[in-house]
Amino acid sequence: MRMPRLTALLTATAVFTTALTLAANAAEVHVLNWKGYGADEPWAVEAFEKATGNKVVNDFFNSEQEMLTKIRTNPGLYDVVMINAAFNDQAMAEKLIQPIDTSKLSNYADISKDKASSPMLAHDGKVYGVPWVWGLTALAINEKSFDKPPTSIAEMWDPAHKGRVVIRDDAVEAVQFGAIATGQNINDIKDMDAVKTKLTSLMPQIKTFWSSENDWNQMVASNQIDIGTYWSGSADRAKTHFKLPVSLVVPQEGAVAWLDAFSIPVGSKNVEGAQAFINWMIDPKFYVEWVTKVGAPVSANTKAVDALPEDSFNRKVMGDPEVAKRIQFQAPITDAQREAYLALWQQLKVDVK
Amino acid sequence: MAVQGAVASRSGLRSALPLLAPAYLWLTVAIFLPLSAMVFFSFMTDLPLSGKPWEFTLGNYAAFFSQSLYLTLLLASLRLGLEVTLWCVVIGYPAAYVLAKVLKGRSREAIFLLVILPFWSNGLVRIFSWAMVLREGGILDTALNAVLPFKINIDLMYSYPAVIIGLVHSYVPYMVLTCYLTLQAIDDSLIEAGRSLGASRLQVLKRVIIPLSMPGLVAGAALIFVPVVGSFMEPRILGGRTGTFYGTVIEDQFVAVFNWPLGAALSFILLAVVLVILAVASPVLKRAA
Repeated sequence: MRMPRLTALLTATAVFTTALTLAANAAEVHVLNWKGYGADEPWAVEAFEKATGNKVVNDFFNSEQEMLTKIRTNPGLYDVVMINAAFNDQAMAEKLIQPIDTSKLSNYADISKDKASSPMLAHDGKVYGVPWVWGLTALAINEKSFDKPPTSIAEMWDPAHKGRVVIRDDAVEAVQFGAIATGQNINDIKDMDAVKTKLTSLMPQIKTFWSSENDWNQMVASNQIDIGTYWSGSADRAKTHFKLPVSLVVPQEGAVAWLDAFSIPVGSKNVEGAQAFINWMIDPKFYVEWVTKVGAPVSANTKAVDALPEDSFNRKVMGDPEVAKRIQFQAPITDAQREAYLALWQQLKVDVK
Repeated sequence: MAVQGAVASRSGLRSALPLLAPAYLWLTVAIFLPLSAMVFFSFMTDLPLSGKPWEFTLGNYAAFFSQSLYLTLLLASLRLGLEVTLWCVVIGYPAAYVLAKVLKGRSREAIFLLVILPFWSNGLVRIFSWAMVLREGGILDTALNAVLPFKINIDLMYSYPAVIIGLVHSYVPYMVLTCYLTLQAIDDSLIEAGRSLGASRLQVLKRVIIPLSMPGLVAGAALIFVPVVGSFMEPRILGGRTGTFYGTVIEDQFVAVFNWPLGAALSFILLAVVLVILAVASPVLKRAA
C-alpha cells in the first residue's frame, strides 16, 4: 500500500517539476552580451518582461573570443547573442548562429539600408545579424586643456601633451589607429612598418593604457589627461550622464567604426522570444530611453535616431554626412592577423618600459 | 621493539587518515586537478573547448624563447620581486623587532593590529586607494603643498615607484609576521650575555639577533618574492605606461585574446624559473639560517 502511494507521489512531483521547468524554459530568453550594454538595463528588462511574458536571463562576456567559446560550449543555452559584425562571419562559418526571419521583426524595415545590407551580416540572401547600434573609436579631449577642439589626429603626438595622452590597451584597436594616422585602410594595412614607427613615436607621450570607461572618466575628472582614443558612446555618456568636460573629436584623418548586431544561436529553445527581444532592442522607444537615461551609441534604426532631439550628439555629430565620409568600418580579421597585431603591440609596450 | 614501532606508526596513520582526508581531498580537487589540466593545455595548439581541431605541440614553450620580449619581461618581473622583497625587509624587520622586543602589552596589540589591518581589506580597494593618494592633485600632493612653504609637484601615479609602493604595502605584513615569530623566540638573556661580554649594539645585532632570526627572514622573503614576480593587478593599475610585466602578459593571454595554451605555458615557465631560483638559493639560505 505504501509503496505505490509513494511512487505516485514521486511521479506527480516529477511531472509537476518537469512541467514547471518546461514552462519556465519556454518563456526564458537567455541573452549573451557585454555587461552594462543596454540589454541588461533593469528598466528595459522589466518593461520587456511585462509586455511579452518572457523572462530575460543575462549572461556576459569579456572578449569576443570568450563570447564565441561560450556559444560553442553551451549549444542550446542562449537565445540571443550580441556579436560585433566583424565576428559574424566566423560565427556563421562555424554554424553557431542561424538565419533570422526578419518578417517577424516589425522594426526591421526601419533599419538603415546600408547597415541592413552589410555583407558582414547577410550571407546567401539570409540575414544572420540584426544591426543594433554602431559607434566610433575616435579621439576625445579634456575640454579644460583646449581652447578650441583639435581637428587632426596629430594632436596626440604634440609634445605639449607629453605624459597626458591615453590609448586603449587593445592590440587591434591600436594597430588600426596607427593605420589611420599613417593614412592607410584599416582593413588592408599595406605598410605595417609605417604603423609600427608611428606608434613607437606615440608611446613616450602616453600616460597609461586604459581598459574601461571608468579609467578614462576618472582621469578626466582628476584632470590628469588631455586627449586620448575613446568610444563615441562612452564620450557621450561621460558628458551627458557624468557631466564631465569631455568632447568627442572625429579627426580629419578618419576614425574606426564598428557595428554591433544581434544574432540567434543554433539550437535556441525560444526563437520567438529571441525575435521579440531583438525587436524590443531596436525599437525607438527603448533607444530614446537608453540614450536619455544612460547614454548610448548610435542606433542602426533610422526612426530611433530621428526620435532624438535635433541637437543631440548622436544626431548632430554622428549623423553628420561629413563624418560619415571619413569613417572606416571594421571588417573581419583572421586569427593570424590578430596574433601578429598582439605581438606588435606587446613589443611596443615592452620597448617603452 | 622495531615491529611494535612499525605497528604503532601504521595504526597512527590509520587513525590520522580521517583527519588528513578532507585536506588532501580538497588539495586534489581544487589544486592538483586544475593545475594538471593547465599543464595539458600548455602543450596544445588550441583549447578543446573552442571546437577547432587541436594537436599536441611544444610551440607554446618555443614561443617564449623565439621572442625576446618574454625574457625581457621575465627579468623585469624578477627585478621587481627582488626590489619589493628588499624594501619589505628594510621596512618590516625593524617593525618586527620593535614589536617583539620593545613594546609590551596593550601597545603591542595596537601596533600589531595596524600591521594586520591591510590583510582585512580587499586588494583592489587598497590599490585604488593608492591611486587616489599618489596621483597629481591627489591626497599626498595636496597635503604636502598645504604644509610646505614652497610648491612641489608630486605625481607618482603610473610609474615604477608607484608599483613598488603598492606591492610593498600589500606584502610587508608577511615579513613583519614571520620575523616577529622568530625574533620573539630569541631569549633575551642571549642578548644580555652578548652585551655584558662587551659587544656593541651593532655587534649583537649582527652576531646574535640577525643569525637567530634568519629563518623568519628567509620564510618572509620567499612568501613575498614568489607572488610579486607573477603579480599583474598592481602593475596594471599603478604602473601605467611602465606597468607591463610578465604577469600582465600572462593575464592578457587568458583574458584578452583567449589563448589559454600560451598563457599556461608562460605560467609554467615562470613556475620553473622560480623553483630553480629557490633551489639554487636554498643551500645558501640554509647555511645562513
